[in-house]
Formats: sequence, structure tokens, C-alpha cells
Amino acid sequence: MLTGPLFDISVAVARIAVFFAFCFGLVVVMTWVERKGAAYIQDRRGPNRADIFGIRAWGLFHPLADALKFLFKEDFIPDNAHRLFYQMAPMFSLAPVILAIAVIPFGPDVTVMGRRIALQIADLNVGILYLFAVSGMTVYGVVLAGWASGSKYPLLGGLRASAQMLSYEVSMGLSLIGIFMVFESVRMSQIVAGQGGLLFGVLPKWGVFVQPLGFILFLVAQYAEANRTPFDLPEGESELVAGYHTEYGSFKFSMFMMAEYLHMVVGAAVVGTLFFGGWQVPYLGDAGFLFPGGSAVAVPPAVVLLLRIGAFVAKVLFFAWLYVWVRWTIPRFRYDQVMRLGWKVMLPLSLLNIFVTGLILLLLER
Amino acid sequence: MTIGVKKVARPREMSFPESLYLLEIVKGLGVTMGHLLSNIVRQEGIKTIEYPEVRREMPPRFRGRHRLMKRGDGSPRCVACYCCATACPAKCITIVAGESPDPGVEKYPVRFDIDMLRCVFCGMCVEACPCDAIRMDTGWFTPPDDTREKLIFTIDTLLEK
Repeated sequence: MLTGPLFDISVAVARIAVFFAFCFGLVVVMTWVERKGAAYIQDRRGPNRADIFGIRAWGLFHPLADALKFLFKEDFIPDNAHRLFYQMAPMFSLAPVILAIAVIPFGPDVTVMGRRIALQIADLNVGILYLFAVSGMTVYGVVLAGWASGSKYPLLGGLRASAQMLSYEVSMGLSLIGIFMVFESVRMSQIVAGQGGLLFGVLPKWGVFVQPLGFILFLVAQYAEANRTPFDLPEGESELVAGYHTEYGSFKFSMFMMAEYLHMVVGAAVVGTLFFGGWQVPYLGDAGFLFPGGSAVAVPPAVVLLLRIGAFVAKVLFFAWLYVWVRWTIPRFRYDQVMRLGWKVMLPLSLLNIFVTGLILLLLER
Repeated sequence: MTIGVKKVARPREMSFPESLYLLEIVKGLGVTMGHLLSNIVRQEGIKTIEYPEVRREMPPRFRGRHRLMKRGDGSPRCVACYCCATACPAKCITIVAGESPDPGVEKYPVRFDIDMLRCVFCGMCVEACPCDAIRMDTGWFTPPDDTREKLIFTIDTLLEK
């Protein structure tokens, strides 16, 4: 039997392995979803050629083929590049995003062998602040790549990325203050637990219903942070070739791609956690469903657990798909429009959101 | 008399809800989702031609890769007159003439090579030919290959089609 510290270590390793595998598996699937979804949205067929023993499976093996191709390509460094920083940049890009998955709760607490275990890699008491700290570091990877490549397009891409990410970091942080005020915590697990109640006895008390403006602001800021359309100026291919990763090839390039898709997955998980109740299923309590009309359906605890983890996965899948969906729907902003939106629209609106939230909370307390 | 002034239509000013973008983006998402779902449900409605398996039907007057015509007895109709090689602007036809075994015919081509990498598919050779021995009506273009040598079509390849 596992006891004492051995038990704690095996639990920690198991949690990391499971959630890490989930996130990276989703990254692989998202590259396929992006290509296939783009194709169908644009009336094309998309990838459908890679096959294993003649099984094509709608092109599902293309991510595998891509990975193999990247692994076996020549790993070159351009003459003008700064050799050390050039090689560090992909790591700086990928590492913070991997760090960010640590604080996302992917399920409720479970009891194993008489011990309560949180389905979350680390339930930090600084929760979201940690998330901001590590996601703020992703800009280093981009800037470093742009500068160390020793080429003009990556430099322009890196400059744009740094300006854009710093600008949107501000409104992203401010748009979440409302959530902290309503749920009175920055701890992810407490925010999720706080979203289990009901609003006016009908609506689930999800972040999106108590903070609708905060949700829109946060979603937009996230798209800008992840450098996704309509804010993908750092890699705007029609003007900057491929932006900050123009000079990268082989597995270093694929690390940038992984970072981008992992950013999407983590972003989707964060939006789902903060604004859509994380693992909470509407009206589902520990013992079963309790609908507002008064009718109740008893559900065994194991099914409750599966339903809750399933709800979290479904929310992540939906928001990850939303990234793809938005990318193939709307065009890219012009650079000055991005900056104007960030500083003149998003920032005042997020400040207004804090003010209104505070006012309402004050009035409710009376 | 005043100079005519032409009024150029300017794009309409955006109304307030439009300038917020949000509703318009949701509408756009609806359009793309419609395309996505209809393409998943009706795969055959997608216009893409899946090339190696499915080939596009070329128009009847399409100038494709060449073929050499044969007489009734199977010998090439070409009399090695060099008219096509002379007319060719890309100088891609190489002919070596030999004496024909048939007493009614003066010459026949020992070699007749077309360098498909140089050919510009202009059709001048077909127009120049006095005995309708070369045609470009195969309805297909040169297939890709991995060496330059394989793309110099010899008389045997050209007679096959």
C-alpha cells in the first residue's frame, strides 16, 4: 500500500501526467482541427492524404506526419542569428505556457483511500496572479526570437508582439478584477466552487452571467495575448512573411507552433474555469440534479464526478474551437486599430467594469 | 463650360451597433458555421477535384501533350520533313531522318524527341505539319517526373498515345 510521502508523490505525478497528456493531446488534435475546419469553412477538403495501412481517417494522421517531418528536418541556424538566444527563444516561448496549466482545476476534489485530492496540479493561493505572471513571460520568447534571428521581418514581428502583448496584458488583468470582487478570491478552486450556486434561483452563477462585460473584455484580450486572428499581427503573413518565427525551421519552428496551440488550449481552459463554471454542471449538486422547478434527479457519486470532468473537457473543447472558428471568420486588424482598441476602448471599459461591479456589490451589501 | 465632376461612392458610415463589431462578428461566425456544416453534411458539394484519382475534363480544343499518328500498317505517318522542328519557337523537337523501307515514302524519323521541359505548348508544330502526323489532342498535360531525362519524350512514347 502506498503511504505517507510516497502517496503524495504518486498523486502529484499522476495529476501532472494526466493533465499534461490531456493538454498536449488536445494540441495535436487542434492542429488537425485548425486545418480541417479552415478547409470546410472555405469550401475545401483539407488534409486527407496521410494514411497508415491505407486508413486515412479524415486526415487525422497529418499531425503525426508533421511531427515526424519536423523531427527529421535539418536543424539550421542562420549566419546572422545570435546563436545562444536564437536557440533559447523557442524554449522561452513554450515553457511559460506549460507552466500555466498547473493552476487549472480540471475536476472537483475526489476522495482516494480516505484522502481528499484536488484534481488540479497545484492549488496555489495566488492562483490567477501566478497565471498572469507566467503568461506575461511568453512575450520574452517572441521578442527574443524576433531579435536573435538577425533579420528584419522577425524583428518587426517581435516588436509588434511586445507592444501588443504588453498593451493587452493591462486590460486582461483589469477585466478579471470584477471576478475577484464577486467571488472574493484569486484561488482558482474557490472561484470554481463559487460558481456552483444559482443566480435569482434560475441562472447558474457563472462568471459570464455575473460579469458579462468582463467576459467579453477577457476573451478579446486573450485572443490578443495568444496572437490569434484578428490580432495575429506579430506573424501577419501578408506583410511580415511569418513574423517572429520566419527564420526558424525544423523542431524549433514546431515548438513555436506547439506554444501557440498550447496557448489556445490553456486560454480555453482559463475562460471555461473563470467564466463558465470550470467543472461545474448547471443544477448538478453532489447528490444529483436539483432543477429550479423543484424536481430532483438522484445521480450516483461516480457519475457526478464523470459528468463534472466531462463538463470541463466540453468547455475547453468549445473555447478551443472558438479560437479556430474566429480565426477563419474575421480578417486581421490594422496595427493602429489594434493599439487604439487596446488603449482607448478595452482599458476604459475594463475600468468601468470594475467601477460598476464595485457599485453593485456595495448596493447589495446595504 | 465646367469640368465634369464625378461623384465616387463612399462606403456607408457604420452605425453604432456595427461599430461595436460584436454583433457583426457573431453574424460572421454564423456564416462560416453554415459553410462548415453544409460541407460536412454534403461532401460532394465541395468543388475541389481530388487530382490523381479524379481528373478535370479538359475542353476539346485544349492543347495537351503531343502524340504522333500512325499509318494503317502501324508505321509513323511522319516523313521527317523537319517542318515542325523549324516552326518550333522553343526548339524542343529533335529529328533524325532515315531512308524509309517503303518505296512510296522517301524518309522516316529514326529519332523524334520532344523535350517536354522546353515545350511551350503553342501548337505551331501541329499547324506546320504537312501530313497531320503530330497532334496535341491527348487532352492531358505532361505528367511530372523525377529526372529531366525522363521528360524528353522519344518516338516510342509519342506513338503510344
